[in-house]
Amino acid sequence: MIKVTVIDYGLGNLHSVVKGLTHVGATVAIAERGDDLAGCGHVVLPGVGAFGDGIRGLRDRGFIEPLRAHAAAGNPLIGICLGMQLLLDSSEEFGEHAGLGIIPGRVARIPGAGVKVPQVGWNRLQPARPWVGTCLSGSPLGTWAYFVHSYHALPTRAGDVLATVRYGAQQITAAIGSGSVTGFQFHPEKSGQAGLDMLAAYIAVERIP
Amino acid sequence: MPLRIIPRLDIKAPNLVKGIRLEGLRVIGNPADHAQRYFEQGADELIFQDIVASLYGRNSLADLVRESASRIFIPLTVGGGIRSCADIHALLRAGADKVCINTAAMGRPEFITEAARSFGSQCIVIAVETIRQVDGSWKAFTDNGREHTGLDAYDWARRAVDLGAGELILTSVDREGGRKGFDLEFIARLARTVGVPVVAHGGAGSIADVAAVAALGVDGVAVASILHYKQVAVGDLKTGLAAAGVEVRA
Repeated sequence: MIKVTVIDYGLGNLHSVVKGLTHVGATVAIAERGDDLAGCGHVVLPGVGAFGDGIRGLRDRGFIEPLRAHAAAGNPLIGICLGMQLLLDSSEEFGEHAGLGIIPGRVARIPGAGVKVPQVGWNRLQPARPWVGTCLSGSPLGTWAYFVHSYHALPTRAGDVLATVRYGAQQITAAIGSGSVTGFQFHPEKSGQAGLDMLAAYIAVERIP
Repeated sequence: MPLRIIPRLDIKAPNLVKGIRLEGLRVIGNPADHAQRYFEQGADELIFQDIVASLYGRNSLADLVRESASRIFIPLTVGGGIRSCADIHALLRAGADKVCINTAAMGRPEFITEAARSFGSQCIVIAVETIRQVDGSWKAFTDNGREHTGLDAYDWARRAVDLGAGELILTSVDREGGRKGFDLEFIARLARTVGVPVVAHGGAGSIADVAAVAALGVDGVAVASILHYKQVAVGDLKTGLAAAGVEVRA
């Protein structure tokens, strides 16, 4: 059994993501303080809510430096939804907020031209670069995923974008990845079997030395 | 976006039930088992509706939601008897992704705004129950079509969106359980014209009925009888819709 640590920083409901991970064979531990990350292998940063509340929750519970150190050491880390956005340098949601800075880039509102914001519903993932060796390696091109968001990630390095979705006339960021760090804007725990397959691929990711 | 196929499970604890015009309830079976089967068949989302909750003043579905969210990995919408932000919080914690509100929002419309501010409008769904009147208008009802509000259903739906609703479920009470097709005329007036997703409910009797309402530009279709009575499976419905040119999630 792979042990996976899910971060609880007071935002959103952990139930579904914990059950999704358990369903694909992980043993899940909940980390409530940054110190709980010492020695952890696979870490999941979930979250639903506003960016400013999220980064405050991480700071108040002492997660910021341990998360940076965890990623810098090449350990697997995945951020989901708000958890993905927190991996970047900054966000413009309700004012300017600094993020974890683990993946260079910023978070910006979905351009609203001719589309409903938030994007709520199913959309098809298109590769921005080959998925070999990533958490999407087992997913067919055009796989469906479930989204609920008003903001999306804009990594500085184009190579850090793993997948996009077409929304109205534009492409918006759906997944990012750099080394052992991954971010999904969609909810794999709400994306049916395709999403469970991605969680299974994540727990199979090795540490990158 | 693809048309969402949303099995709707009406629950009178502990049973899954089905009525006609939301009355004359028949026991169908165990709700968790049916929910699991629809998930495995490829449903895009599920609605759990506690259809006696408004009478008793409370939603009794938290345990069912918690159990379902452990095994069912698609969005779950839960409705019935939701009167406060505390009620919403409890259901979201149990694993619901959205809540569906009718009676309480009608009684106190500012509740929609409070709920949207607290949880985000994407998780606040307003159920608009309608019955077509002899004068050709549509009136809004509450308590599963039992209570007449006197409000024009069209006006109320638009007002709910202005107040912060993130999605509308339009239930045609006079079509519900009848399996004779949707109230296309009413739904056509709201689909594509409100700035939030619209889910059609009430009257699905065949794949052709669902294709007809999809053509109006609705975002989702809630279906019950044709699934509960095993007339079709979710997969058959999607295959038929795809053949009719409707985009669905494979």
